[in-house]
Amino acid sequence: MNYDQARYGDDERNEPLLSEKRAAEVDPGEGSALPDELTRDSLELPAPSEPELARHYTRLSQMNWSVDSGPYPLGSCTMKYNPTFTETVAADPNAAVHPDRDPETVQGTLELLYGLQEYLADIGGMDAVTLQPPAGAAGEFTGITVAKAYHERNGNDRSEVIVPASAHGTNFATAAMAGYDVVELPSGEDGRVDVEALEAAVSDDTAALMLTNPNTVGLFERDIVEIADIVHRAGGLLYYDGANLNALLGRARPGDMGFDIMHYNVHKTFATPHGGGGPGAGPVGVVSELAEFLPRPRVREADDGDYELFDPARSIGKVHGFAGNWLVLVKAYAYIHRLGDEGLLDASAKAVLNANYLAERVAFDVPYGPFHHEFAATAGDRDAADVAKAMLDYGVHPPTTKWPEMVPEAMLTEPTEAESRASLDDLAAAFNAAAADSEGALADAPRKTAARRIDQTSAARDPRLSWHALADAGSTADE
Amino acid sequence: MSFDVPDDNRYRESHEWVSTEPPHRVGITEFAQDELGDVVFVELPDVGDTVAAGEEFGVVESIKAVSDLYAPVSGEVTAVNDDLFDAPELVNDDPFGDGWMLEVEPSDDGFDALLSPEEYRDQTA
Repeated sequence: MNYDQARYGDDERNEPLLSEKRAAEVDPGEGSALPDELTRDSLELPAPSEPELARHYTRLSQMNWSVDSGPYPLGSCTMKYNPTFTETVAADPNAAVHPDRDPETVQGTLELLYGLQEYLADIGGMDAVTLQPPAGAAGEFTGITVAKAYHERNGNDRSEVIVPASAHGTNFATAAMAGYDVVELPSGEDGRVDVEALEAAVSDDTAALMLTNPNTVGLFERDIVEIADIVHRAGGLLYYDGANLNALLGRARPGDMGFDIMHYNVHKTFATPHGGGGPGAGPVGVVSELAEFLPRPRVREADDGDYELFDPARSIGKVHGFAGNWLVLVKAYAYIHRLGDEGLLDASAKAVLNANYLAERVAFDVPYGPFHHEFAATAGDRDAADVAKAMLDYGVHPPTTKWPEMVPEAMLTEPTEAESRASLDDLAAAFNAAAADSEGALADAPRKTAARRIDQTSAARDPRLSWHALADAGSTADE
Repeated sequence: MSFDVPDDNRYRESHEWVSTEPPHRVGITEFAQDELGDVVFVELPDVGDTVAAGEEFGVVESIKAVSDLYAPVSGEVTAVNDDLFDAPELVNDDPFGDGWMLEVEPSDDGFDALLSPEEYRDQTA
C-alpha cells in the first residue's frame, strides 16, 4: 500500500506553527481613531516569506487525509471524490455574479437554480424544492419546521416526533430544536423498523416519523409502504433523511415510498465538498400539500418563459440568505447534469456493488444484511477504535466506529462508487492486517502517523477552542 | 474482575444506586463507570426539582457514549454535587463517594422495589 501520510520535522512536533517560524515587530502606527484602551504600542506578527508561507500550508494539507489522498470509507458520510470539473464550473466568471440583483439581469443564475430544483424534485419524487438551507442538518430543521407549520395551519397541536434508535444524531437534535418531544423507536430484531412497535408509538400527538432508507446499517426498509400508511393514518408526516440516498439514486424515490418531506445532502449524494463547517447546502423537497410552507424566495418559470423569484403563500420565512450557498449549488447542478440518468444509475449500482465486494473480503463479521451502499462490520471482542487506529498504520482511513450501537463494536463502512477494485483490495488488506494484529499491537497503534494517540479524555474534559488557549496551555511561540 | 457493591445502598438494573440512610444520595455504580469509560460531562437537575422513580433525571457523557440517568426513587432534590461539573472524573475515581450526584428527600418508600446489593451483584457478575 502506498497511501502514507506526509510528515515533516521531528517526531514530537511536525510542521511548526506559523508564528514559530519567524515573527517580526510591526509598527501599529499613530493617530488611531480608536480609544486608547483598545490600541497597543507594539505588535508581533508572523513574518514568513512567501515561499515559507506556501510550504507551510502545502505541508499542512499533505499531513491531512482527504479523498484526494486515498480511500475514505467513513460509513454514513458518503465521502465521494469531488470531481474537478465541478470546481471549474464554479470558478467560471459567470458564476461569480452577486445574487442580490434585479432578476432580469441574472436569468442564467435563476435558470440554474430552477433546473436544480427540478432535478432534485425528480430524483426524490417530490413536488417542490427549496435550495436555501445551508447544510444537511439545516435542511432537517427546515423540513420539520415546515411540518410544524402544516400541522399548526390545520389546527393540530402535535407534540411528538418519532425517531428510530439507530437514526443519525441530527434527527433527535432536529426534533428537539423544533420544540418536539422525541419518541425513540427501538429497532426490530432484523435491524429494521419494528412495525408493531411503530403502531404502538403513533398517536394524535405524532407530528412526524423521521427515517432514512436504506437505514444506518444499509438495510432497505421493506415495510416502508406499511410504515407510511401507519404514520399517515395517525395524521403524521413521513420525513426522509437523505443521508443514504446514494444507494437509491435513479432506482427508487422517497416520494414513491410515501415520504412527504426530505432533505438532500449534496455533499454526500452529489459529490460537493464536505464542508468542515464551510458553505454547504441541504435542499429540502416536499409533496404539493406542503409547498406553500417552504422558505422564501423560491424560483419559478413565469408565463413569458423568464425565471422569477416568488414567496410561497405561507412560507416559514428565510433560513439563509438569498437562494442558499450558490456556488455549492452550482457544483451539485454540474454533477447531476454531467452524470445524467445513466451516470446516476451507475453511481448507485457501483456504490452498492463496492460495499458488497469489500464486505466479502473483510475478515470481520457483518451481522445485518442484505445491505446496500454501506455495511456495519463488528470488531467482535476487539475494540473497534483500536482496530481503526491500526488501520491508519496500514495507510488507509478507517471506517466510522462504534456506531450505530445496534452492532457491537461497529465499523460502519461505505467505500462509495469512487473506489476501484484495486483500491477496495487495499482497503480489505488493511482491515485484515489490523484483524490479525495482537491486542498489544492494537493498543499501541497508530505508530506511523504524524500524531499518535490523541488524548480524547482531556480533549473532552478540558477543551481548548481558540488560539488564546494555546497560551494557557503553555505551548506558545516563546517556548 | 468483581466490582464494589456497598451493602448500605439499593440499586436499579440500569446501574444507579441510592443510599438507604439519609441523606439519600444517588449516583452510578462502579460497574457502570467502568462500562462507560472516562466520564467527561455530567448534567444534573437543580436543587428543588423533583425526580420520579424510573424517570430520567440527568445525563452522563463519557468518551464512549452519552447515557441517561434514571432516578431510583421519587422525591425532591435537596443537593447536587457541583464538583462534578468541573471534575467529572470523580464519577470514575470514587463512584460511591465523592462521585455522588444528588441528594433526594424521598416522597414515598420506593426502596423495596429496588435491587438489594445481592441481587445487583448477581446481575453484574
